[in-house]
Amino acid sequence: MNIVVVVRQVPDLIEPLEIAESGTSLDFDEVSFLVNETDDHALEQALLLKEAGGGTVTVVALDCGEVDDTLYTAAAKGADKIVKIPVEDELRPPAPPAAAALFAEAVKGLQADLVLVGSSAHDELEGMLAPLLALKLQLPYVGVIRGVRAGDGSVTAFKEFPGAVMAKMNVKLPAVLGILAADQPPRYVPVSRIKAATKSTEFEEVEVAAAAAPGVTVQRMYHPAAGERAEMLEGSEEEVAAKIAEILVEKGILK
Amino acid sequence: MSAQDILVVAETNQDAPADITFELLGGARELAGATGGQVVAVLLGSDGVKHAAALSAADRILVIDDPQLAAFSPDAYVAVLEHVISAEGPRAVLVGCTTIGYDVAPTLAAKLNAPVVNGCKAVAVEGDALKVTCGLCGGKILADVAVAGSPAILMTLPGSFRPSEAAGQAQVETKASPVPLQPGAVTFEQMIMPEAGDVDIMQQDVLVAIGRGIQQEGNIEMAQELAETLGGELAASRPIVDQGWLPTTRQVGKSGMIVKPKLYLALGISGAPEHQEGMSGSDVIIAVNTDPSAPIFDVAHYGVEMDLLDLVEPLVEAINAKKG
Repeated sequence: MNIVVVVRQVPDLIEPLEIAESGTSLDFDEVSFLVNETDDHALEQALLLKEAGGGTVTVVALDCGEVDDTLYTAAAKGADKIVKIPVEDELRPPAPPAAAALFAEAVKGLQADLVLVGSSAHDELEGMLAPLLALKLQLPYVGVIRGVRAGDGSVTAFKEFPGAVMAKMNVKLPAVLGILAADQPPRYVPVSRIKAATKSTEFEEVEVAAAAAPGVTVQRMYHPAAGERAEMLEGSEEEVAAKIAEILVEKGILK
Repeated sequence: MSAQDILVVAETNQDAPADITFELLGGARELAGATGGQVVAVLLGSDGVKHAAALSAADRILVIDDPQLAAFSPDAYVAVLEHVISAEGPRAVLVGCTTIGYDVAPTLAAKLNAPVVNGCKAVAVEGDALKVTCGLCGGKILADVAVAGSPAILMTLPGSFRPSEAAGQAQVETKASPVPLQPGAVTFEQMIMPEAGDVDIMQQDVLVAIGRGIQQEGNIEMAQELAETLGGELAASRPIVDQGWLPTTRQVGKSGMIVKPKLYLALGISGAPEHQEGMSGSDVIIAVNTDPSAPIFDVAHYGVEMDLLDLVEPLVEAINAKKG
């Protein structure tokens, strides 16, 4: 099975997020990027399927948001081919409709049986990449998938519903799946192997035409106002612990 | 039907209207008040009629009844909703940020050539456009977005609007699917319920919930000790379950359980909207996190900016001391 995995970089939420002077976007000069978590799970799911049933894994990414380290890591984990799509602005990831158009052009030439992409990303404002990519590729789509098994001409995908309930879905190939979580957590790969991959991996570059402008306008981007925030408990570990114990007694939780 | 109507895509969950549907009806009612239109609820299913009465906060309830809609199918849902929205021509369509909404809303918008925004928390009419406030980056950033053009497809975060269950004189219209439906490339086979046997975290008075801040599987033991000291159980945010460190039955949030314990002690959980969806109704929420800007502190009653690994042991001691 030829599996294509779409990988995106997103702002690291552990680092402070600054707003640009324009007031309408993040200050991408100050953003630290990392791989979108669900895309990392999509890669893991692809590698698991390849290990179980053979085939190839091709990773496709936009050349944007310090993506190279993510791609070398993917190669070190076992991706067979890496395709990078040049974009105009290497700092600012395109909105989902534009990203879908760019990815679709690149994926079309790859004869994929299965395209795996993270179900969502925390910076998706104008729709979502995964279903829009499927639409552009004119392939069936189902997302919020937690686990995939290969079958004959189809796959079984487990779609998550509230209350830890799963729907078992049969999906005829070729298709696009939006992955929330792989059957196993993304594998760890030692730094030495990533370094080795840095030397041995060559990225294939595919030039595709830029996509149309998005349909909605961001007027203002800002941090949520500090409204009704928690009452912060200060002091040493022991002092805070004593305060919490006191609160639990007051509230009748600790008797 | 009018170009000022607000359409709500209703959902059911385990044979009852989903909570988000009542919230969307509440939001739609506010918005329809501003546009001067009606609220129209659309429910897809094979036995939707029995749930229609519960949606009478809408002015009209449109039930699309077809055996092919008995279980969720992305293609069928998109095909039916595309037709219904085209025929109704509403000003806006409210869809939940749910496992169903995520699959259908972006595609619907693209097919209808309609604007779509994800993470909607509030919406107002501003001239010819809608002004939508969206949450992104795990709740750390808000964006005010102008959405021109109709219908605006608004993917709405749970917890954004006050639910409306008002019983009204809504008119129920039941129709067969307006488009022919055949089994497509994606077909539903069966629902798999969570494994029985584990504790039911929805029934606990005290939950000690762990997130990424626990760092390693080996550290779970200390959280377990704290839970036992409090007479409670362990719960977790999604990353912990994805790691396989705790079973899905312990997961709190959008894809897990909705819990309302007397005490929810959140250890090392950032509190993304998907997590808050599952725990914001708890009586007392105490959050411990090293990041002072973590959204969990927006819903917590008490907060501690500290590494949970430093706090848990003294906390066990302090609680034991109080218990005497």
